[in-house]
Parts: sequence; C-alpha cells; structure tokens
Amino acid sequence: MSVVTTDPTGVAPGGERPARARRGARHGYATYAGGKVLGSLGSLMFMLVVNFFLFRILPGDPARTLGRGRLTSPEQLAEFNKTYGLDEPTGQQFLTYLTNLTHGDLGYSILYHRDVSGILLDRLWPTLLLVGTATVFAALIGVWIGIRAGWERGQRFDRLSTGTSLTLYSMPEWWLGLLLIATLSVGIGPMPGLFPTGGLHSVGSDPGSVSGVLDTSWHLALPVITLTLAYLADYALIMRGSLIDELGADYLTTARAKGLRDAAVRSRHAVPNALLPTTTVIALNFGFVIAGAITVETIFSIPGLGLLTTEALKVPDYWLLQGVFLLSSAAVIVANLLANLAYGALDPRVRT
Amino acid sequence: MTTDASADASTEGAATLSARQLAHSRRRAAWTRGWARFRTNRAGLVGLVVLALFVLVALFAPLLADGSGLSVTRATGGVLEAPSWHYPLGTDDSGRSVLTLLIWGARISLFVGLMATLISMLIGTVVGLTSGYFGGVTGAVLFRFTEWFLVIPFLPLAIVLASVLGRSLVNIVIVIGVTSWAGTALLIRSQTLSIKERAYLERSRALGAGNAHLLRKHVLPNVVPLVFANTTLAVAVAILSETTLSFLGLGDPTRISWGSMLENAYSVGAITTGSWWFFVPPGVCVVLVVLCFTMVGQALEDVLNPKLQDR
Amino acid sequence: MSELLRIEGLSVTYRTEQGPVPAVRDVDLTVARGEVVGVAGESGCGKSTLASTVLRLQPASATVSGRVLFDDADVLTMRWGDLRALRWAGASIIFQGALHSLNAVRRVGQQIAEPIQLHEPGVGRSEVKRRVGELLEQVGLPAARAEAYPHQLSGGQRQRVMIAMALACRPALVVADEPTTALDVMVQAQVLDVLSGLVKDLGVGMLLISHDLSVLAAMSDRIAVMYGGRVIEQGPADQVFTDPLHPYSAALSASFPRVGDPGARYAPAGLAGDPPDPRHLLSGCSFEPRCPRAVKDCASAEPPLETKRPSRQAACIRVPA
Repeated sequence: MSVVTTDPTGVAPGGERPARARRGARHGYATYAGGKVLGSLGSLMFMLVVNFFLFRILPGDPARTLGRGRLTSPEQLAEFNKTYGLDEPTGQQFLTYLTNLTHGDLGYSILYHRDVSGILLDRLWPTLLLVGTATVFAALIGVWIGIRAGWERGQRFDRLSTGTSLTLYSMPEWWLGLLLIATLSVGIGPMPGLFPTGGLHSVGSDPGSVSGVLDTSWHLALPVITLTLAYLADYALIMRGSLIDELGADYLTTARAKGLRDAAVRSRHAVPNALLPTTTVIALNFGFVIAGAITVETIFSIPGLGLLTTEALKVPDYWLLQGVFLLSSAAVIVANLLANLAYGALDPRVRT
Repeated sequence: MTTDASADASTEGAATLSARQLAHSRRRAAWTRGWARFRTNRAGLVGLVVLALFVLVALFAPLLADGSGLSVTRATGGVLEAPSWHYPLGTDDSGRSVLTLLIWGARISLFVGLMATLISMLIGTVVGLTSGYFGGVTGAVLFRFTEWFLVIPFLPLAIVLASVLGRSLVNIVIVIGVTSWAGTALLIRSQTLSIKERAYLERSRALGAGNAHLLRKHVLPNVVPLVFANTTLAVAVAILSETTLSFLGLGDPTRISWGSMLENAYSVGAITTGSWWFFVPPGVCVVLVVLCFTMVGQALEDVLNPKLQDR
Repeated sequence: MSELLRIEGLSVTYRTEQGPVPAVRDVDLTVARGEVVGVAGESGCGKSTLASTVLRLQPASATVSGRVLFDDADVLTMRWGDLRALRWAGASIIFQGALHSLNAVRRVGQQIAEPIQLHEPGVGRSEVKRRVGELLEQVGLPAARAEAYPHQLSGGQRQRVMIAMALACRPALVVADEPTTALDVMVQAQVLDVLSGLVKDLGVGMLLISHDLSVLAAMSDRIAVMYGGRVIEQGPADQVFTDPLHPYSAALSASFPRVGDPGARYAPAGLAGDPPDPRHLLSGCSFEPRCPRAVKDCASAEPPLETKRPSRQAACIRVPA
C-alpha cells in the first residue's frame, strides 16, 4: 500500500520573484542534489543505530545462541565475544559494529555456517532479477493504464481498470501468487499445469546457457506476473490520480488554444507534469516492494533475499536477519535518493 | 448590502440560544450534511454495508458457528473434504469445518486490524500534533525522526520485532501499531501546520488562550476529520499486515485468523492438492474487507475535502 | 467582409447540477481589422466566457448558440481541422494569471516556439529561435530570457511572455482576457504600454477584456459594457467613459476618480447591491434592483439594445434616443 505523498515542490504561488539568469539551472541542481545526498547519509546513520540497538535488545546471550553446538569452550566463547565486542560497554560495541561494517563483516550465520555478507551476496541477484523485472513491467503498464483511465475519466475503460486496480490493491500479493500456482502450475480440471510450482532452475539446467536462461525465465514467469500485478495496481491508481489533478490546469487550455491536438496536449503537457508525483511515489514505494519480494519468494521458493528472510526467521538466525534488515533499509534509502534526484531533474521548480 | 431587518431578527434569536447550543446545532447540521454527501458516494455506501455485515458476523460468531468446531481434537469431519451440505465450505486438514474457522477468524482479523490502527493512530497523532504545533527543536527533531522511520521497510522490521517479542495476540497488535504510525504523523503534522497559521488562532492567543485550550478547541477539531478518514484507510493496511504476518508464522498460534488459515493451508499443501475451499475463502474475505475499508475511506476523504471531488 | 470578428446573437449556457446557468445572453459584437474593442464589466458578467468562445474553448458543459464569425467563417461550427489551423495563427489569447497559464516545467522560449513549430512546420530550428528572440525583444525582454522557466520570472515579465507568445504566429486578432489584473499598478502601466505599442505597430485587432474601465478607456477605440451576460452599452471609448448613457456604465465610470476634478470627489461612488445571480434571472431589466433611475416599467421587460445616439447603443428605457 502506498505511503503518504507529501508535495515535494512546496512552491509558493504568485508573488514577484526576482529573475535568476544564467547561473540558474545547473548550479541549482548541484546544490539540490548535494542536499539530498547529505539527507540520505543522515538516514543511513539513523538506520545503522536502529539496526544496532534492535538486536541488542534480544533476550539471551548472543554468543551462546550463536555458538549453539559449535562454540563450547570458554576460550572460544571469549574469542567470539572479543571479535564482536559483546563483553564491552554498549558505546564501544557500537563502534566495533561500525568498524566491522566498513570491513564488510556483517556477522556469522548459524543457519548456513558462513559469513552473512557472503550469503547476502549470493542471494542478491535472484531478488534483483525478480523485483527489477516486475517493477519495470508494472511501471510501464501501470502508468499507461493510469494515463488512459485518467484522460477518459468516467468512461468504461476507467471504471473497469480502476475497479480491477482497487481489487488487486486490496489483495495480499502472495495470495494472488497462491491462486496462480493453483490454477497455472497445478492445473484445474482438464487444464494441465503450465508453469513450475517453484524454484529458480530445473535440475541439471545450466543457467548460463541459452536453454538455461529460458528455463530460468519459465520459472520466474509466475512470480514476476504476481508481483507485476500487485505493483501495477498501485501505480495505475496513482498515475490516474495525478493526471486528473492536472486536467483542470490553465496551461492545458493555453496548449489547446495554440491549436494542439488533444493527444498532443495530453502527451506533451499533461502527462509530463502528472508523471512528477508518480515517479516519486514509485520510488518511495520501494520499501513495500521488498515486503512483496519476501512473501512471493517464499511461496515460489525462489532462492533470493526474501526466502532467506523467512528461512532465517524460523531458526531464528539473528545475525542473518540483521544483515537482511540492513540491506533492505539501505535499498530503500537509495531508492528514495534516486527518486529525489530524478524529481529534481524533471521539475525545475525545486532546484531554484 | 444585506437588508437590516433580518439582521435584527437573528440577534434577537441568538440571544435565546447559548453559545454551546449554537455550536451543538451547527455541529449536528454539519454531520447531517456530511452524511448526505456520503450517501451520494455509492462505492462508500456499499463498502459500509458490507463492512457492517462482517462486523456483525464477527460479533455474533458464537451464535453463528459452534465454538467447539475450532478444536482440533473434537473435529468431526474428514481431512480436507470438499464442500458438502454438512460442511458448506468443506473441512481443513484436521477435519474442522472451514466455514466455522472463517467466521471465528473474522474476529481476530478485524480485532487486530482495529486495535493496531488505534495504537498507530494514537502515536501518529501525538507525534504529528506535537511536531506541527510546537515548532522549534522538538518539532524539527520529531519531524526528522518520522521521516527516517518511514524509510524503514515495514515487513523486515515487523518480522524482526515479532520474532523478538514472541508470538501472541498482543504482540502482533503492538508490532503492527508500532511500525505503521509514521504516515499518519506526517499527515497530521502538515494539517496542524496549516491550521497554526490561521488568523483565528492568533486572535485566540491575543485574547489570552493557552496552548491546551488552543489545541483542544481549535487545532484538534480541525485535525480530527482528517484523522478519521486516514484511520479507515489505515485499518485496511493493518488487516493486510496481520494477514501477511500470520501467513509467515508470526501470529498467535492459539488463535484462528484468516491469515493463519492461509498459513495452515499452505503448509499442508492445500494448494497442490487443489483444496480450494481451504485457501480461497479466507483470501476472498480479506480482499472484501480491505476493499470496503478503502472505499469507505475514500468516500470519507471526499466528504471531508470537497476539493478532491470527481476522483 | 471588412470586419475581422463578428459575434451574432451569442448565448452560452452552462449545464450544472442546479440546472442551466446562462452566462452570456444574445450578445452582438464586432471588431474591425486593427481596431481595439474593450469589454468592461464586473466579475461574473460573462466577459471571460465570451472570450473563450472566439476560439471555441468554452468547457464541454456549455451549450452555445449564435454565430462567431472570424473572417466570415463561423468558429462554432467549423471543422476541427480548420479550427486548429485558426487557433493562434488567426486569433490568439492572452490569459490572466500567467503563472498557471504557462507550463511550469518548460522553458518559456520553448513555449513561445511551440505554436510556430505547429503552424509553420517548415521553419528551421535556428529561424524559430531567432523569431522567439525577436518576439521577446518586442515586449521589452532580453532574448536570453527564453532559457528561463516561468517561476524564475516576475509577474510582469511572465505577462509579457504571454504577450510575446500570443503574437508568435502573427495573428490578425488578439483576445486579451484581463491581461493586467494580477499585477500591481506600476507593472500594469508597463505592460499596457507594451500592448498598445504593439497593437499600433503591427495593426493587430484586439478584444480587450477588463473590469477596469480606465484601462479600457486608455487603450480601446470602442467599448462594450456587459452586465448580467448582456451588452448594455456600446460606443466609442472616450464617449462611453466620459459621457455614459446606461446608469450602470455611469456608476462604473464614476468609481474611477478623476484627478483635477474637485467636483468628482463629492459625487457618489460605488453601487449598492450585488451583481445578478445568473441562476435566478429577473424577467425585467437585470440592473433594475440597483439602478438609481429605475421606474416601474423597468421590471416588466428586458430593455433591448438600441441605438440612442449616432454609433452609440444602450439597453435602457430611461435613455432617450
């Protein structure tokens, strides 16, 4: 579900403003971008603090929990504590934590008996593939639907697409996935299953080869369809809303008065302005995209970060969870930064 | 300008009505107008009716379906039986009637949704009001904190909290409530900021009104309608969150909710065996309830903010 | 044939939830080539609606009857293709409130160039740029301003951009809808100077709409005064201003103080009452409730617009022919 959209432009209407000549555009963007990057770094720091303290409030002794079955002797425990600074005062622990982070040391997974950072790296690309493909499809299709629905407001296409979007929006995306599995993977009645029920590769398939790529795509088809349907409902509704907001604007009358065709008024004037809040929201919703990845990967057994989260949850493997949490928070911060930068590039009003 | 005769009459009439009565009658008039406007929104009306039905089902669950039907040991049906006259929605993997589970599940799903929203609304309103009304350092700090909190991805945080706190009804309510307040806080903050600038607040202050009075009499009444509309939409999100968290195995193991039913269905492989009666109805219920809350929420937004007409 | 614009019996009614609302009622107006015709009146009298019909820009919820002849072709019924060709190249509009009438995310030079590229597709890029620069200089702005975005300009500069844009395709007629209303007085004077200079130099016909009678008196050749959707007086500008026939025009004119005339300071200014509600029109003269010269007959029938003096018309039964 979408986040509250705050108006990033904050432009004061009317008023006499002194004209700004040459230095205007480029210089303004650099300052704007710089400000946004600094803000993101601040968010990142906050994130690190939260991440650190979240797991320090855990009940029990981390070393003993972690060392279950492996670290038995007091010397080993002491060694473990020293590496992760668990016997030091909290302030010192935080510094150790930060130092470890800069070395890429995110802790040790008791589930996989490996460094967390290594596991995260391995599991990263299936998630990127899944979420990336779905987001691109959803953005393209959703925006197109939203534009058409908003421009032809009240007519059949609008009513149909808005109703469908609202329903998809109200659905847990994993339930949609389950329905797709039940119908398209398992097959209903006489129709056989067309897609695999899970996994990323068939046994014995070489992911690098052409047939391997096709095989991977076949496996990813249903998960991507599920996530695409879930995201595009949101984007369609938002695009429709922002286009409708633009429809009453005076500059569109000016465009019409110039003799432009209706379609040109829409594509050259209304849509670029309406896209501004939409791109922001698409990027801001990235935080919820991660949630979608977790559940969909679980039901389709895609070996990505999402499935990793639920696997870690069952143990529970705190270091792993902490690592995933950090990564997903960082992803959201980066997505927000990209959204702000893109907005600044598209809307000249925020740069000045 | 306006004729003077009527002005005299109204002052005469006003003398007999006290200020409180006047405010009261005006408020009632506003309610009637608002309700009349709401009624014109067909989607909102339908949503309200369906929601009322669900609430009634949840409240009267003991009357509609025998509570003993929830017990695994006393289950009478066969395993994953298809719907029949005796079991309208078939049975689950323990032989319990799915319909019974569905009716009782409504209680938990709705309860968690409403309670969690209550918590997130409270936190969000307090933070938003404080940040917006009392500016300065406190306000700025709270604002930054709220913005940063929004950046935290919901599900990973909820998963971590739930696994730390343990699986219980109260904990799930707390987890959802504590992770969802930021959006409301921002909304209320911006609304408070715009109200703060209004002239009548300044005049009130000039007359000697203190902060408590201003907040209670002027700020809050203008913020509450917005909170109301936002709450409805927030309940929808909360119900979806509870369903997802339960599905992931973080719900209360002793309670049935629509999410836990789906978790159960998934883990016993109802999907692959095609036992649709087990995994379709709970999902349909979730979709219906969330859809209705969304439509009612949008209708409320329309009533309370006429600028958003024809959406 | 010599008339550039001829509006005949134009009526515009809006369809609303409360029923039909007549905004313009049976208006006749002409603008000759190179002539400046001013339309005066309070807000809500229908002037802007009138202006929008010249290029058939009235909202879809409006029902229109009558004819709007531009160069003898009826704008209201012409084919879509002809209308689009007419828009901006034959007649253009200067809107009030340039901040919202300009696209906020496009540079102003691009927006001025847009109609040129649309109507004269053969013109090369550098030639278009040159013409845009020329247009900006004509309105008193440096050519480099073309790179600016609307929000980077002041109100007066934006309005001048609107004027430059309106002249881009060298139209024969410019409709200026309250071009100076949102500006303060000093800037207003500058913009009006620019406008009047251009009109004289280029021989453009203009339909100038304003609630400010003094502005119209300074710039127009003829003035039409509107009230309640109808034209209630028409005539040469200076005569309408200094010697108004209709009681409303008289009140409108009197509300502008004349410097150097001590007697004017004691003359009653302003009108009691409110403008007529188009949803509840009276059967008689719509000005009757506020008219200082009203008699019983005024409320019975709507007075027709008649010629009372040579080349002067008024819709009032109290004005002798």
